[in-house]
Amino acid sequence: MGHARCGLQSFLTMGGSIMDQNKSKNLNRRSVLKRGATAAILGGVAPFAFVRSANAYTNAPSGSSVKFGFNVPQSGAYADEGADELRAYQLAVEHINAGGGGFIDTMTVGGEKSALSGGINGKTVEYVTGDTQTKPDPAVASANRMIESDGVIMFTGGSSSGVAIAQQNLAQEKKVIFMSGLTHSNDTTGKDKRRYGFRHFFNTEMSGSALAPILAAQLGTERRAYHLTADYTWGWSQEGSIKEYTEAAGWETVNAVRTPLGAGDFSEFLAPVLDSGADVLVLNHYGRDMVNSLSQAVARGMRDASANGKNFEVVVPLYSRLMAQGAGANVAGIYGSTNWNWQLQDGDAASAAFVRAFGETYGFPPSQAAHTCYVQTILYAEACQRAGTFDPAGVIPTLEGMEFDGMGNGPVEYRAEDHQCFKDVLVVRGNANATSQYDLLEIVEVTPRAQVEYPASKFGGELGSI
Amino acid sequence: MRDLVNLFIAGLDRGANFALIALGLTLVFGTLGVVNFAHGALFMLGAFVLLGTRYFFETKFITDTSAEPIRDFLGNEVFPQISLGEYLFGAGAGSWMAENALLLGIIVTIVFMSLIAWAIERGIIRFFYRRPHADQILVTFGLAVVLGEIVRAMVGASGITMTDMRPPWLEGTFKIGSFDMEKYRAFLVVIAGLIIAGVFALIQMTRFGMIIRSGMQDRQMVGLLGINIQRRFTLMFILGSVIAGLAGLFYVPTASFSNNLGMEFLVIAFVVVVVGGMGSISGAVLAGFVLGIAQTVSSHAAIEALIPGLNKVIIYLVAVIILLTLPRGLLGRRGVMEE
Repeated sequence: MGHARCGLQSFLTMGGSIMDQNKSKNLNRRSVLKRGATAAILGGVAPFAFVRSANAYTNAPSGSSVKFGFNVPQSGAYADEGADELRAYQLAVEHINAGGGGFIDTMTVGGEKSALSGGINGKTVEYVTGDTQTKPDPAVASANRMIESDGVIMFTGGSSSGVAIAQQNLAQEKKVIFMSGLTHSNDTTGKDKRRYGFRHFFNTEMSGSALAPILAAQLGTERRAYHLTADYTWGWSQEGSIKEYTEAAGWETVNAVRTPLGAGDFSEFLAPVLDSGADVLVLNHYGRDMVNSLSQAVARGMRDASANGKNFEVVVPLYSRLMAQGAGANVAGIYGSTNWNWQLQDGDAASAAFVRAFGETYGFPPSQAAHTCYVQTILYAEACQRAGTFDPAGVIPTLEGMEFDGMGNGPVEYRAEDHQCFKDVLVVRGNANATSQYDLLEIVEVTPRAQVEYPASKFGGELGSI
Repeated sequence: MRDLVNLFIAGLDRGANFALIALGLTLVFGTLGVVNFAHGALFMLGAFVLLGTRYFFETKFITDTSAEPIRDFLGNEVFPQISLGEYLFGAGAGSWMAENALLLGIIVTIVFMSLIAWAIERGIIRFFYRRPHADQILVTFGLAVVLGEIVRAMVGASGITMTDMRPPWLEGTFKIGSFDMEKYRAFLVVIAGLIIAGVFALIQMTRFGMIIRSGMQDRQMVGLLGINIQRRFTLMFILGSVIAGLAGLFYVPTASFSNNLGMEFLVIAFVVVVVGGMGSISGAVLAGFVLGIAQTVSSHAAIEALIPGLNKVIIYLVAVIILLTLPRGLLGRRGVMEE
């Protein structure tokens, strides 16, 4: 809609300028003089107007509303996840404009209740949507359109680290804040971190440090692992983190094989596994790749096999409920980590409020992708409200170091040095006795934040300037 | 060495699958002279039939108001849901049908694909017989996009695992010497062999096949002899589409369903047909196995260490080498697509 409207606008403006040209045919001496005088006055004032606009920030809102850009995969392999993110964004906008609902009712920032009370800084929130196709180039093109034509003050979206990093670079260049959605690679807030990019989701480092002790305790410390890894930034990052922490726990890595994205049939990569001397298969795959590789591993009989005198095991370090739904019964008993799960509602009033708001609107529980996108939008709104402006020069310092609670993950901090959120991590296991189609993961442990913390210098990178 | 044998075994069902997809494509090209870019979409529709069969017999979507209410994820009381199979035939028969959905799917695929193919041939393709190949490619590619998007609108774009659609008697593995092979994948190779043999017999040994072969050589002459060649060609399009559908039906329990399945296999199907020789049935089968096995074997650790990423390009590399040495493909005939 946004794009269409904009196209119409430019068409009308073009029509206006043609009319001006027609009028100018009827020039007479008086009108020439009049215009000359106007030009002279403007000539005196204009340079100051220009300086003023150079000092203002990109897409500063002028009317009674402010616009967000939701850039999610609406086609391609992650389209379902994108659809869930979009639902969460729409719900977030609804809650922001109403000044309540979901996490707005439960959240606290630095111990105080949310400052949001209907809109942000007196303006209502509108939004435009875009399709990233889960590819960096279309994602950047779409984000660029949102910034240039739709005039968004902030954009957000997710489901691939490659895509998030590309958008973050654009954010820095255009000086528009990007609140990333689901992105799990260390690089997003490591070597590719940016002043204008913020991540609420956890990363592979945290997955590794939370998961490895559980794996060692449950599967034993003398294990030999075989990795299959999706061949792009996130896969490499996760392989590295899981290797680092499982090896520290006593495991040995037999082999790590890179697999092309979207391979479909992984049989040639699975064929050598049982003969390799390994007794654990680690699948660094996501989305449909994970659904395929996991169910093919199970079909090859790996869950029933034994190696080195132990049961052969499969591990999926990054789990999502949508993926588990795709893989069906194959996930039963398989360990992994996740950022948030709707079943937290049992012990956490904030999660319960969010699941209820989402569930009553859409008829099913939100995914972890929906959760992180919802939280990011509310956090941005909260920061603008507290800063009293939409100017990134005011909003970025408010977000940096922000400490908040009541958003489903317990106490969280947006670390100023790398714009990474630090919070508890969930270690989960595929549920063997599911009672419903959503009851797919059981929570094994809530790993405390202190255990997954690491120095900001570990992954390098430069934030850049405001 | 053990790894190489393992990879060779993995290549057998890959090859059988490639051969089956390419078989339908080359049949349609060889007889009708139509470059059908919707062939991948027809493959996807075959897989979709299995998903649909599962939906009817396994997915629980009928609310059973006679049962005790249970609690949903928000704690509200709701009635449990049962599958259509359970609703129509009771729990026992319903679960047998769910387990053997693949067998029922064969019949459904043949009927469904015949209807779809008839509609496509009568509604679109027949207007393009005398038009340039570029026009045929455009219209069939457009059709492929439309079919893919319709399916996406129905079932979404996430992968849906289908490995659990193997009938119980085809689950698990068996031993060939000391090597493991999945029963289902062996079944896939056997089925592909049967379909390929059936098509050969039809083309080489029956009167229908004889008319088709003569029609391929000289359509006008066969028409002058008073034979309605057009009707036979419509049947050939239906046959090619049914084979594509069956290929999809039998392939999908090795992986997962996605609306994009057709596009994933479209390019490979064409490469196999071109390497085998345009319009050559035995060429397509041979090339299917050669490329399938080449792809799995090239992912061997030693080869991967020597040339990283070879696995991703090997199909095209082999295709280039074969086409440079044999420009008509492995078993291509003179005069096809050379006018």
